[in-house]
Amino acid sequence: MKQYTITHIRQLEAESIFIMRETAAQFEKPVLMFSGGKDSIVMVHLAMKAFHPAKIPFPLLHVDTGHNFEETIEYRDQLVQKTGAELIVGSVQKSIDEGRAIEETGLNASRNALQTITLLDSLETHKFDAALGGARRDEEKARAKERFFSHRNEFGEWDPKNQRPELWNIFNGSKNHGEHFRVFPISNWTEMDIWQYIRMENIEMPSLYFTHRRKVIERNGTLLALTDFIQPQAGEKVQELDVRFRTIGDATCTGAVLSKASDMDDIIGEVAAARQTERGTRADDKRSESAMEDRKKAGYF
Amino acid sequence: MSSETEKGYLNMDLLRFTTAGSVDDGKSTLIGRLLYDSKGIFEDQLEAIEKSSKQRGDENVNLALLTDGLKSEREQGITIDVAYRYFATPKRKFIIADTPGHIQYTRNMVTGASTANLAIILVDARNGVVEQTCRHSFIANLLRIQHVVVAVNKMDLVDFKEEAYEKIKKDFSDFASRLDNIIDVTFIPISALKGDNVVKKSEQMDWYAGPSLLYHLETVYIGSDANHVDARFPVQWVIRPHSDEYHDFRGYAGRVAGGVFKPGDEVTVQPSGFSSKIKAIHSMDDPDVKEAYYPMSVSITLEDEIDIGRGDMIVKQNNPPKVEQDLEAMICWFSREKSLQERGKYYIRQTSRSTKAMVKQICYKVNINTLHKVEDDLDVKLNDIARIKLRTASPVIYDSYRRNRNTGSFVLVDEQTNQTVAAGMIL
Repeated sequence: MKQYTITHIRQLEAESIFIMRETAAQFEKPVLMFSGGKDSIVMVHLAMKAFHPAKIPFPLLHVDTGHNFEETIEYRDQLVQKTGAELIVGSVQKSIDEGRAIEETGLNASRNALQTITLLDSLETHKFDAALGGARRDEEKARAKERFFSHRNEFGEWDPKNQRPELWNIFNGSKNHGEHFRVFPISNWTEMDIWQYIRMENIEMPSLYFTHRRKVIERNGTLLALTDFIQPQAGEKVQELDVRFRTIGDATCTGAVLSKASDMDDIIGEVAAARQTERGTRADDKRSESAMEDRKKAGYF
Repeated sequence: MSSETEKGYLNMDLLRFTTAGSVDDGKSTLIGRLLYDSKGIFEDQLEAIEKSSKQRGDENVNLALLTDGLKSEREQGITIDVAYRYFATPKRKFIIADTPGHIQYTRNMVTGASTANLAIILVDARNGVVEQTCRHSFIANLLRIQHVVVAVNKMDLVDFKEEAYEKIKKDFSDFASRLDNIIDVTFIPISALKGDNVVKKSEQMDWYAGPSLLYHLETVYIGSDANHVDARFPVQWVIRPHSDEYHDFRGYAGRVAGGVFKPGDEVTVQPSGFSSKIKAIHSMDDPDVKEAYYPMSVSITLEDEIDIGRGDMIVKQNNPPKVEQDLEAMICWFSREKSLQERGKYYIRQTSRSTKAMVKQICYKVNINTLHKVEDDLDVKLNDIARIKLRTASPVIYDSYRRNRNTGSFVLVDEQTNQTVAAGMIL
């Protein structure tokens, strides 16, 4: 008898495409949050598949902390050209200049938390009622209980105790005026799935993910790239090392890892052998045990 | 990683399973062990829970902290929501829907069970089949999970004796004969704490000839679980590129909910009843997909121009679904604030359709500990299971839940709060 089965990676792909189409159908004005990281790159790829041969029926939103790696911006602009998608940039610098956000001070100051203000402002200005994000449940414990369709009240807040149950393939996007949803189509993917898929689909990636020589300093056990925003303090030594990034976010809190991985096969080998989660390099998660849960409640991505 | 194992990764299939049980059953310990022994958890996660265990004054590393993700859960020491966990072995990839086992979390168990191929029901070897065991089995059966593993846990506390296991096997089998959707029950004696028969076969139980739990999870056959007979394609979205290259392209996008579709198939569109033929089945990589079946997401083009939109269903001509406004269903009630209202109006979401529905009658409730019908108290509250009759404003296109989970399931949405207040399975 013929077997009607598909592989797990194709099942994940089919599920994500299904969610993207539900989002387009159930909401008036969805937007895809694009950070330049591998997960959001896969999201754009899946969105192209979901609506092919038409263009992606929603714009991309990049919340720009101003603390970027140049490579991320270059990649973003090329991707926009290739897909013909509309790009909207929400600027954290602008939120600060307008007095909407107050910059953290001190050694480990980061604009990570300020992104929330800019994100919520951008959603409101453009009247977006669904924001698609590339969060995965395997990333962090507060995300393990996140829904595919995650309801946010009129203040953009997440209430973990009052989430809608999600059963079968049925997603309830009903809401009142002023409320919105965060939608996470790749919830069920793991880091390994993402990399295997990138290789299988031959998706072009920013150079930051591959090994390169870079000036770094070690701070609180994390290797931070030397940039305009991260400068050595007294007692910190600048070293030039072969590194790459496992995740890409704000340059002030995304740590590099020592690596000589120069192609997809090397990266997959590293992921398979890794004994630390990818967010182990994220200073923003280490602030407290419930750092992610607290930020999510406030409306963080 | 050699190229052979890489190829293996891409060829693996997926098993979704659910676990129900209370902390005392050792459920979290079992999941912790599966994750740990299959490298599904990382050093920094382990460090973090070691740190929290110490803070809480726990004697050993408390693996339950791995699954209790929310601050309020850690404070209260209970799992209050469905948590999804992931691990893979070289043979298969697994998604665990980890749910609490107490009766006040029936709705979470129902949610976790709705997408599962298999349920692990934990039984404490010292206590045998108890009320909770029956309840978990009833839910697995109600949600039509076809494969059940009864994991007889804490065998170390009964000196690994066969009698305890055999008694549970017999008691459970007697009870399960009333559960008609479960087609495959496997009993495995384990000790989650010590690791016996979880990943490796135990050396303490020579009398047990079966597989370890992980081996069973890796090899249980699920290829025939989905419906590949009744062709059903609920339309989610219409793709119209409006470009020069694809000027007249009109693709109906959706996920196959049952059966197999091929180019050239004679199809009917419900509820309009118009007929046509499949011109092509598309994905981005392949404009000429030869066969589409569950759970593939594709788009379909037809030979004729017919008016089709979201909520319509493309089906094979010789095998129609039911298209009706009167439904009978089993439901699980989810709302803490309001009871189910007889004559009450709700939105029903079923496949890609949404319409209004009125509750015509509450027939009975089920006592899920005894499986008895309750007809003298029809107040359907949070976590209650009931049989109801619905009348919908426009026709629902469905099969019975028993025949097809995708076309036989629905949720009810409260008109005022927009909350999902019930999950339903059409009879």
